[in-house]
Amino acid sequence: MKEFYFYTEALTVGYHGVPLIKNIEICLKKGEILTLIGPNGAGKTTILKSIIRQLEPIGGVARLEGQEIGKLSGNELSKKLSVVLTERVRPELMTCEDVVATGRYPYTGRFGLLSREDWSLVREAMELVHVEELRQRDFTKISDGQKQRVMLARAICQEPDIIVLDEPTSFLDIRYKLEFLSILQRMSREKNLSVIMSLHELELAGRISHKLLCVKGDKVDRFGTPEEIFTPGYISDLYGMTAGSYDETTGNLELEPVKRAPEVFVIAGNGSGTALFRKLQREGTSFAAGILWENDLDCPAARALASEVILEKAFCPIGADKVRRAKELIDGCQRVICTLELEEAGEWARELKDLARYAREKRTLF
Amino acid sequence: MKNKRYALSFFILGCLVLLFLALNLCAGSVAVPLREVFDILLGRGTDEVFRDIIMTIRFPRALAAAILGGGLALSGYLLQTFFHNPIAGPFTLGISSGAKLVVALVMVCSLGWSLRVSSLMMIGAAFVGAMISMGFVLLMSRVMDNMSMLIVSGVMIGYICSAVTDFIVTFADDSNIVNLHNWSKGSFSGITWENVALMGVVIFVTSFFVFLLSKPISAYQMGESYARNMGVNIQLFRTLLVLLSSILSACVTAYAGPVSFVGIAVPHLVKSLLKTTKPLLMIPGCFLGGAVFCLLCDLLARVLLAPTELSISTVTAVFGAPIVILIMIRKRKEKAG
Repeated sequence: MKEFYFYTEALTVGYHGVPLIKNIEICLKKGEILTLIGPNGAGKTTILKSIIRQLEPIGGVARLEGQEIGKLSGNELSKKLSVVLTERVRPELMTCEDVVATGRYPYTGRFGLLSREDWSLVREAMELVHVEELRQRDFTKISDGQKQRVMLARAICQEPDIIVLDEPTSFLDIRYKLEFLSILQRMSREKNLSVIMSLHELELAGRISHKLLCVKGDKVDRFGTPEEIFTPGYISDLYGMTAGSYDETTGNLELEPVKRAPEVFVIAGNGSGTALFRKLQREGTSFAAGILWENDLDCPAARALASEVILEKAFCPIGADKVRRAKELIDGCQRVICTLELEEAGEWARELKDLARYAREKRTLF
Repeated sequence: MKNKRYALSFFILGCLVLLFLALNLCAGSVAVPLREVFDILLGRGTDEVFRDIIMTIRFPRALAAAILGGGLALSGYLLQTFFHNPIAGPFTLGISSGAKLVVALVMVCSLGWSLRVSSLMMIGAAFVGAMISMGFVLLMSRVMDNMSMLIVSGVMIGYICSAVTDFIVTFADDSNIVNLHNWSKGSFSGITWENVALMGVVIFVTSFFVFLLSKPISAYQMGESYARNMGVNIQLFRTLLVLLSSILSACVTAYAGPVSFVGIAVPHLVKSLLKTTKPLLMIPGCFLGGAVFCLLCDLLARVLLAPTELSISTVTAVFGAPIVILIMIRKRKEKAG
């Protein structure tokens, strides 16, 4: 275990002596990012709280550089580990700069006065997360997204080796989500900072994390790299999804399909059909789609939403059996919609052109 | 800019302490000229009557008002920090009343057995009472996560304690009971130099320890979880807060009875004056502010209907209660906005 900066040994966490999640084994190297994912109430926060010593572990230990976290003094730990929590902070009459400055607490003397170097570190941290213009603003009067970034600046100026964040991106809009995570990624690369956090945004979790920990109810379901975690069908299993679907390869998220015999047939491809698939789903219209190659951009949405998709293997010519099946479906539909610009399509779209002609003859093409 | 504001605020507070101290010495049922007061203080006074009034009655009383006022304000500040609630205070949480009850018990019992009660015993009794109330409040705070409910339960505890105290006082038969009655309503009268010395030691030493706690207090203002991550030993810190604030309010109650609203109003006013919540400034600020507030209130209590004296709580309530209402309105606005 020596190569790991942070690891746990049979860590069991819970409240009031009642174990909630047993035998958690996590290991993390310096500069790596670990993300906890899993359904609401699965115990992500409980695990994080136990790691940062807000909660006494029921069994097992968590170690930093081989030392048991529970045995470090408060001050030692605070110089190694800093946090961004979901707890709402309401400091009275404090500017954002004051709030960030509290990060220097472990380094100050008896009366907590900051030196010149401390203040310059505060300033640096604020510049790093782009909140320097909030310096003199009252902390209680800025937006939730701004608060979150100020709290990150606070955590950074604590100069930790590892930073623990509980759902840090929840209140951020898409721009700041990406910016926030980019800062973490940059810190992990440049300053060798380790990060443990929980995220709800699966696609972002899959992009930024070196390791993922899937928490499901009473156990850790999986622990590994994103490639190991995002196997087909796993996410819907982890979250116990009952409606809609998640495509692990593309991160494509769709609502429930309309499950009836198709009323509309869509000749789609090259990403031209996805918007229409979603529109039909909104209207509650069932549809079939085809003929798509398995590597087509329209494929994830079609698979998730259509009552039937006619697929051809990638990089293969369209087989006659697929064309036959498509024509059968067209026969059963009241409408056929073609989203492809067939005039401009090349030779391989011959069968699709054929389908369109077939529909036009039946006066069902729109 | 900020530092200028702090310096100016402390200068103003210091001047006010001196001003009211002087006024307290001069004014009263017998007016003493300021020049005479100075002469007496410097040991050059010629008038025997004036000297007696100043040195045995007014001066120790004024000093007591200043010291106890400071202690009370500080105790309120600590409780507000502890509960993260701007209207927590020794009076609203029933801590003063608990102290009052035990002190009354001890006094009545010792009168019955004709024992002499020393100042230290009184402080001890008040401390026991304060800790009992505090313990109860802490128990309640575990059950109730709603802070307003906590205050309501604190006020109720206060009423129960006051009722029991009244009961004891009514049925105790002794000529000294008049004194006891006055005390149980809250008053700075009848303070001796001996008292001043002891309360000075207790309050100043306690306040010094509070001042040493200013670093963890500032961390605690960020909330418990963050404070813990900054390396504060929360358990120890909370225990210290409870102990120190109880000692302060117990000491005040032992000498002056329950004094209402100082603990809430003063920290709030000082905060508005300094425009900061930094404990390093708030702690001395509250102490000075409390001194000014109590000197002013005691002055009014003595002078307004002279020679009759109002109880100190009557005056502090007139100034303090509106401030509490103001705080609650402001809090509501903040929530809405």
